[in-house]
Amino acid sequence: MSHPTKQFKNPVLNWIEYRLPIFSLIDNSVGSGYPTPKNLSYWWNFGSLAGFVLVIMIATGILLAMQYTPHETMAFSSVEHIMRDVNWGWLIRYLHMNGGSMFFILVYIHVFRGVYYGSHKKPRELLWIIGVIILFIMIITAFLGYVLPWGQMSYWGATVITSMLSAVPVVGDDLTIWLWGGFTVDNPTLNRFFSLHYLLPFTILGLVILHVWALHEHKSNNPLGIDVQGPQDTIPFHPYYTVKDLFGVGVFLIFYLYFVFFAPNFFGEPDNYIPANPLLTPPHIVPEWYFLPFYAILRAFTVDIWGITAKLQGVVAMVMAVLLLAALPWLDGSRVRSMSFRPRSRIFFWTFVANCIFLGYLGGQVAEEPYVILGKISTAYYFAYLLIILPFVSRTEDVDEVPESISAAVSKQ
Amino acid sequence: MADTASTAPEMSGDDGNRRDFLLNATIGVSAVGTLAAIWPFIDFLSPSADVLALATTEVDISGVDLGMAITIQWQGKPVFVRHRTAEEIETAVADDAAELRDPQADADRVQNPDWLIVIGICTHLGCIPQGQKPGEPRGEWGGWFCPCHGSHYDTSGRIRKGPAPLNLAVPPYEFLSDDTVKIG
Repeated sequence: MSHPTKQFKNPVLNWIEYRLPIFSLIDNSVGSGYPTPKNLSYWWNFGSLAGFVLVIMIATGILLAMQYTPHETMAFSSVEHIMRDVNWGWLIRYLHMNGGSMFFILVYIHVFRGVYYGSHKKPRELLWIIGVIILFIMIITAFLGYVLPWGQMSYWGATVITSMLSAVPVVGDDLTIWLWGGFTVDNPTLNRFFSLHYLLPFTILGLVILHVWALHEHKSNNPLGIDVQGPQDTIPFHPYYTVKDLFGVGVFLIFYLYFVFFAPNFFGEPDNYIPANPLLTPPHIVPEWYFLPFYAILRAFTVDIWGITAKLQGVVAMVMAVLLLAALPWLDGSRVRSMSFRPRSRIFFWTFVANCIFLGYLGGQVAEEPYVILGKISTAYYFAYLLIILPFVSRTEDVDEVPESISAAVSKQ
Repeated sequence: MADTASTAPEMSGDDGNRRDFLLNATIGVSAVGTLAAIWPFIDFLSPSADVLALATTEVDISGVDLGMAITIQWQGKPVFVRHRTAEEIETAVADDAAELRDPQADADRVQNPDWLIVIGICTHLGCIPQGQKPGEPRGEWGGWFCPCHGSHYDTSGRIRKGPAPLNLAVPPYEFLSDDTVKIG
């Protein structure tokens, strides 16, 4: 093996590097040995920020697990015990609680950025698909975590969401009982949710490693969406992007910690500070804000078609709303990656973004008119964009002139 | 590799059928063995014996006066036991002829018309309908009203209006005496 090993003045470092070339691995991953397109904008900060939050979530989560009790009679009190008795418990819990919301804000922006700039297109399809899987597991992890405080919203959110499984034909009811480990959401459910909530972040971590590995194979996409043609188009990751990412971390921390310190329950539901009561349903069950668009899609189906129940349609549509993103590299058939040069795609893209936000608004409303019909229209656009508009427009539109190279575009400015 | 058994068909006592049999038997036994080994991991998640032991509940209904209702827990689920008035029974039976989303006669939903026993879980998304306590809304048909998404149930627990697809489920039960019901 003839890996180019780094040479250090320090003989200990040389000794290690010769046996385990970890320093060159780091240097080639996030150091001066990793060439990066020189035109990355701040939209490229969100991947590393999401990674940063993942580390915070795992660190705070491990601490919380040391004082939390996953039992139906003690879970709620143990969370209050963390808040009141445990040293810095309030801080660690609020970091974890708001960290979940931050994680979704960052990842949603990261995903939209990928769609806009065609980061999913060849040769980064697999990188993108791994990302969609990460998003999917993240959604499950967040749902499981929200159940753990065992408040009213935890309990009834868990009931509503797990009841979806009963929509599966034939085996649905048995499947639900198997998932619950009982005949309702109960202590066995809480225990297994805790176990899985601890496991899945490490699954995400493993997938993130694959995600970054795939990224480093073909390097970052960039706002122009054109390939790097040579060293003139790149700058080394360190110090240029390490410092830019760190700056992003600073800005992000101001935003994140504002909520942690001054509005820690802004993203939460007051009902979750009422202990779970299996005999009393809160009048208005809503999921956490980051699930609202999917909740709106779930509820948009109200009529049985060809013997397929509305419930099953809603569940399938909701799952597909996430998984369909994995097909984006093929749904978007444009030969140009970046929508900066695709005027018509751009209009539909921003309509799609606005529609996703609108779906989120609808998901938080009661299931009455006019919200029901608006939810149907909005859901229709969500799928029409992915399955009809994007494939058609991307293959037919006239694209603007694309610059010859990154360096040519940069030097023109 | 040329001398390994798989490429030496000339060996004595060797024929294709026997070799295929051994191969298929090996694959078959391993497949069954693997499935058998996976099963405990899957079934571990099913309800445990102590959970199953709570599968029946006996209720004393002697204290439930006419027009009153009680909620008891069976398998962790709320079960509505309502002592129906003559008027409520009458409407329920009369509505057998009405247009129903999940058609079922009142007589098929009760063992003793005086007592309606149903699982108090809305068949839409699992909320608990209101209408057990005096003062709670009972919906347009005088049965139950689910506050989550507005499903109305009648005095037979049948779905009449709203998003729920099915009637409130009737649990298995039997009257052990006039005053005692065993649910489950």
